[in-house]
Amino acid sequence: MTSSPSPVVSARKLGLTFQTGDGPVHALSDVDLEVAKGDFVSFIGPSGCGKTTFLRVVADLEKNTSGEITVNGMTPEEARKARAYGYVFQAPALYPWRTIEKNIALPLEIMGHAPAERAERIERTLDLVNLSGFGKKYPWQLSGGMQQRASIARALAFDADLLLMDEPFGALDEIVRDHLNEQLLKLWAATQKTICFVTHSIPEAVYLSTKIVVMSPRPGRVTDVIESTLPRERPLDIRETPEFLEIAHRVREGLRAGHSYEE
Amino acid sequence: MTTDSLKTRALPVLTVVAAIIAAWYLAAVLMNAPFQRDLDRRGDVTSTTMEFIGKTLSQPKPIVPAPHQVVVNVFENTFLRKVTSNRSLVYHSWVTLSSTLAGFGMGTVLGILIAVGIVHVKALDRSLMPWIIASQTVPILAIAPMVVVVLSAINVSGLIPKALISTYLSFFPVAVGMVKGLRSPELMHLDLMRTYSASPWQTFWKLRMPAAMPFLFTSMKVAVAASLVGAIVAELPTGAVAGIGSKLLAGSYYSQTIDMWAALIAGSVLAALLVTIVGIGSRLVDRRMGVKPA
Repeated sequence: MTSSPSPVVSARKLGLTFQTGDGPVHALSDVDLEVAKGDFVSFIGPSGCGKTTFLRVVADLEKNTSGEITVNGMTPEEARKARAYGYVFQAPALYPWRTIEKNIALPLEIMGHAPAERAERIERTLDLVNLSGFGKKYPWQLSGGMQQRASIARALAFDADLLLMDEPFGALDEIVRDHLNEQLLKLWAATQKTICFVTHSIPEAVYLSTKIVVMSPRPGRVTDVIESTLPRERPLDIRETPEFLEIAHRVREGLRAGHSYEE
Repeated sequence: MTTDSLKTRALPVLTVVAAIIAAWYLAAVLMNAPFQRDLDRRGDVTSTTMEFIGKTLSQPKPIVPAPHQVVVNVFENTFLRKVTSNRSLVYHSWVTLSSTLAGFGMGTVLGILIAVGIVHVKALDRSLMPWIIASQTVPILAIAPMVVVVLSAINVSGLIPKALISTYLSFFPVAVGMVKGLRSPELMHLDLMRTYSASPWQTFWKLRMPAAMPFLFTSMKVAVAASLVGAIVAELPTGAVAGIGSKLLAGSYYSQTIDMWAALIAGSVLAALLVTIVGIGSRLVDRRMGVKPA
């Protein structure tokens, strides 16, 4: 593990077992992981490997049943109450009765920001996700990609240094996804946030991440952690360089290794 | 465009209305014929078929009044009488309407409060619903006189007892609809509130309540009609001196069938009006909430 003095997320022997009618399901077992400040960490693996569950434990939406985890040095619950992170779901999850700017205002209202400050933050984050001028629209008036950008703006509107993203672009088509990936990297560079990003897509994981966590199911566990050697500045066509392809290859190998004794 | 909508919307409606009126006339002739035949035989009158039909449609106390008799009665008692007159349908409608609205208002508030309790307090969720459902299986006709008698014994009379009957009928659909509405937000929307570490109060006002709005208005449409029924029923057994219910009762005492039918018409116009007003309210709220136009 890196010797970074205070990791943003640190998990030791983390486990989570759901009790179901068919017996216990080991969603996570023995996960050791550290996410350093400013990292862009992708979690990749097949369905049921616990990547979303891990993110939800970090967010205190699920409770681990064994092991330890800290977020910003606190328990996940304390971190949630301190509003330490912004969460982006698989679907935009915008409230349909609120306009885009009102949706972005939602966390600000809840956290008690003054109206003038709200307006300023809404404008800034809309600009950050290239949605300036769409603030007065209702969600249904926007395309799927724009809606997801709005939901990212909502997660950025308050000053959480950690951004948790659960397959945010999973439902979008490839062209939109490429575009949003490029924008997300710019955003990350501009805001210096720490990002945990769950994905199904190998190219997406390799393109975005400084660190790729490969996971495998039953029980959900980490099989490989790959530190990316790609530079932070990444144009889209970096995806055709040998370096990129080599990392992608390693990820694919990792996924296959995790799977080999299943099928 | 207009001729199109005329054809597609007005024509079917008019056809149905015409069919109903035709059936009504036919029923009036058939139902009133035996009495008229009896009358003619005793008076030793012979008449042609057309004259006979004419007479069955103009009896003063027919078994089934003809449509035009009812229309004339409604028209006279609505437009030709002073609204303060005891014979004015407007007066009676207003008496019924006022207790309907009072009861509907109380019923809606009560229904929402019950739903909020059920959604937020586990004990209420378990215990309250069976009682609420049981309350609606009690025939309102049995309860209404008791409520009125008990309340008049403690000197509460007039609008309040009637409004309470309306409340009793109207809180139910609102409570049931709102329980469903307040529980309608999807898990992701609730999780989002949790990630903001929002208070239950904030989650309620910013998520559950707006999400429940469509459910509220659907329930209110049912509730407002039930309120009207409640108010009319409450006027029936209590010797009420005014209101559509008292008009129905008086009509049945004195076999003034035309008056009864006129009161029924007044009641249904009132119901249509109330449901329409709730519908307009629903559409205004929809527009405020940016609902995608259908």
